[in-house]
Amino acid sequence: MNLPYIPHTEEDKKRMLEEIGVKSIEELITVPEEIRLRSDLNLPSGISEMELRKELRKLSRQNISMEDYVSFLGGGTYDHFIPAVVEHIASRSEFYTPYTPYQPEVSQGTLQAIFEYQTLICNLFRMDVSNASMYDGATSLAEAALMACRIRKGDKFLVAKTLHPEYYKVLLTYLKPSGIKILQIPYSEEGISDLNFLKDKMDDKVIGVIIQNPNFFGCIEKTEDIEKIVHKYGSLYIVSCDPLSLGTLSPPGEYNADIAVAEGQSLGNPPYLGGGCFGIFTSRKEFLRQMPGRIVGEAQDKEGKRGFVLILQTREQHIKRERATSNICTNQALNALKACVYLCSMGEEGLKKIAMLCMKNSHYLKEKIENLPGYLSPFSAPFFKEFVIKTSTSPEKINQKLLEAKIFGGLDLGRFYPELKNHLLFCVTEKRTKEEMDRLVSILGDIR
Amino acid sequence: MNDEKLIFEKSKKGRKAVSLSGVDVERKDIEKFIPSSSLRKTPLGLPEVTEPDLVRHFVRLSQKNMCVDTNFYPLGSCTMKYNPKVNETLASLPEFCNLHPYQPTSTFQGILHILYETGKMLEEISGMDKVSLQPAAGAHGELTSMLMIRAFFEDKKEKRDKILIPDSAHGTNPASSSLAGFKVIKINSNQEGEVDLNHLYKNVDDEVACIMLTVPNTLGLFERNIPDISRIIHSKGGLVYLDGANLNALVGITRPGDFGVDIMHFNLHKTFSTPHGGGGPGSGPVGVKEKLIPYLPVPTIEKNESGYYLDYQRPKSIGKVRSFYGNIEVVVKAFCYLKILGKDGLKEVSKNAILAANYIRKKLENHYPSPYKGICMHECVLSAKNKREEKGVRALDIAKRLIDFNIHPPTIYFPLIVEEALMIEPTETESKETLDAFIDALLQIAKEIEENPSSLKEAPHFTPVSRIDEIKANRFPRVKWEKKM
Repeated sequence: MNLPYIPHTEEDKKRMLEEIGVKSIEELITVPEEIRLRSDLNLPSGISEMELRKELRKLSRQNISMEDYVSFLGGGTYDHFIPAVVEHIASRSEFYTPYTPYQPEVSQGTLQAIFEYQTLICNLFRMDVSNASMYDGATSLAEAALMACRIRKGDKFLVAKTLHPEYYKVLLTYLKPSGIKILQIPYSEEGISDLNFLKDKMDDKVIGVIIQNPNFFGCIEKTEDIEKIVHKYGSLYIVSCDPLSLGTLSPPGEYNADIAVAEGQSLGNPPYLGGGCFGIFTSRKEFLRQMPGRIVGEAQDKEGKRGFVLILQTREQHIKRERATSNICTNQALNALKACVYLCSMGEEGLKKIAMLCMKNSHYLKEKIENLPGYLSPFSAPFFKEFVIKTSTSPEKINQKLLEAKIFGGLDLGRFYPELKNHLLFCVTEKRTKEEMDRLVSILGDIR
Repeated sequence: MNDEKLIFEKSKKGRKAVSLSGVDVERKDIEKFIPSSSLRKTPLGLPEVTEPDLVRHFVRLSQKNMCVDTNFYPLGSCTMKYNPKVNETLASLPEFCNLHPYQPTSTFQGILHILYETGKMLEEISGMDKVSLQPAAGAHGELTSMLMIRAFFEDKKEKRDKILIPDSAHGTNPASSSLAGFKVIKINSNQEGEVDLNHLYKNVDDEVACIMLTVPNTLGLFERNIPDISRIIHSKGGLVYLDGANLNALVGITRPGDFGVDIMHFNLHKTFSTPHGGGGPGSGPVGVKEKLIPYLPVPTIEKNESGYYLDYQRPKSIGKVRSFYGNIEVVVKAFCYLKILGKDGLKEVSKNAILAANYIRKKLENHYPSPYKGICMHECVLSAKNKREEKGVRALDIAKRLIDFNIHPPTIYFPLIVEEALMIEPTETESKETLDAFIDALLQIAKEIEENPSSLKEAPHFTPVSRIDEIKANRFPRVKWEKKM
């Protein structure tokens, strides 16, 4: 039998049982007879580490990763460069094997790293306060809406149709029990939220307006104009953004957002089939006590020495139970640590440069593609690292051809927007080279 | 240990920790693309440090943590078992890490196999009919389940808005219930620490959607009446939910699906050995019986003759509970664990966890007597109530003193129904020598309490910081570093 992680020898067990005063472990099992499992679990027997490695290696080869093929996929998960230092720090067991830092005296490493993370995020977003992280960008946004409901009375949210469609679905799931309505703001011909519609539908009952910037089409929303409309009615301005874009684009704090959230994966976390995620959650300081999740604060110990500790725990489920601000307990601390190391590694100039590279690359590619016959750029708004192309050939056919050339092509938008059949969303990060982009363009040009 | 400055306090303009490639496309002015109103006007506020500085900073920080790999960590209800290293190695293979969720499914069949098979193994372990791996943590699994229960009754046109929750439950249970729009009814525990059946009978009616039970409960006791509880709830048309936080006591011994549970969550980061990460990422899969399958979140992972695929065509589904498909990396680690242990190994897990907890209980229960005595399962709850009453020493003081013995404190002040609770979960991966050292430490502390109780208030003595002034930290919250003007 394979028991690599159980240390007891037969002698140990015997002595422990003697001390307890029973003859066998069986006597310690208080499960009623009628519900005891009397047969073995129908599972395979255990295997050795050597066998496991072989099997997993085999399974890993049944995947084709973005290291094998060139990827132009985006839509919420991104193929960005990760410096080696990030993985090295995050794979220290002192960071990955503790629990939530409930005992501050023996958790200063985690606590200070989270405090630094909160500071980095506040600075990058120009927001007052950040929590320690949420599950992902979508649940972060849903929790932002729930928080808005605690702050302001009303009966509905206005939500940009250019919000990530999966985030929209999660929002629907989370808001359903509350009965609060959601009205979608259509997008204009430019590919951004229709401000006339927004103006038209605003009233005192709007709890909040939710937008994404850059939006799902990669386009940059008119964030300042929206702010004026939203705040005129005293509604809350909730923004979901790409944190990496903030190296060059105006951050939510500059345009007066009340709550700003994001998917943090692009900051130093591998895509992992969309599972390398964590949610960023920030707000104005007056809403601090309404926030969900863990928050670390600076403190002093008995000798007056600086230390860090989880604060405002009276908001949380383990104290407030059914009246807590959220049910969240475990979040994504290690992913947030990776973002923390990533941002420190990039520094002021590095992140600006990455954002600039994304922008220059994507603009290069878009110009090349829209000059090809059969490919059109439907939206005119400025964009960051993603852009939409209307195709005359079906996206399935295009992507199949690209796949044969070892390229993951753009995301088929018809999957989320029925009216956008034959539209592809391309994403270009700093990792794409001119050679790779030119190869994509040349294949697209050959498809008829 | 020296005070470690904040990374911002080490920053010096012009330093770099990373080398980036240049632009190889034609250079264009950014203003040509983007109106200046959309461009950033303020500095990013990121520190400028070199890579060696950065590494030293975070390595030093890491050294201020206690963790499973450095110390015994008997944190009750958290199952801080050893995290096998092969799982870490294999989960970081590039063909797993660098997959995009919108790639064609034909290009990630390997990982879909892992997800599908992990689901199947969890189904067999729990006796449930189908598992979704999407929830990111236990509490997220609870919320997902409560939303499914809601959808189930809405579909049946039954108005049920009450959830019964024992007073010993984790705080996430009531919090998840109210997030899903339910009213929480607290059910008392009896003198044995199990659900008070009389109180339960009084509260079961046809407005009850479900009972949320943790089995074994947070006192570490198996709810011996669970077959009856299930029957009562079912007879009134309600459902039974199991909080799987304590599943480490049950694997291979009994299956929730066999004692009446309709829906439950698992914590892969507890029972199935994936590391806790200092507070995540976790994974909280949900398992359901047949009748609840239609309500599972989309997509589910299915298999046909051409391979594995993601199924979104589920009209009764509660929809999406998160973006994409789950905390996949965590699932890969749990898969590795399940494969290494197999059916025989898994059975030994729970037995040995029960052995360890009872050994600790037996050696310490006379010194730290709990109101609930007798055999426990994978964890035991002791109490420092007598210490507080006789000597003014609290569970908190004992926890802090344990740190001086190089042991991470157990969970304290939980469950709420035990005063001055010390909730101890040793897990199966700790040796008798480690357990003995812990027992000796607590016996020594008991002696100190007798002889010099006030000395405990000074503990811990050798940590990077001493006890924190939490009152001040909460009254004047400082949640980020700001440059002193």
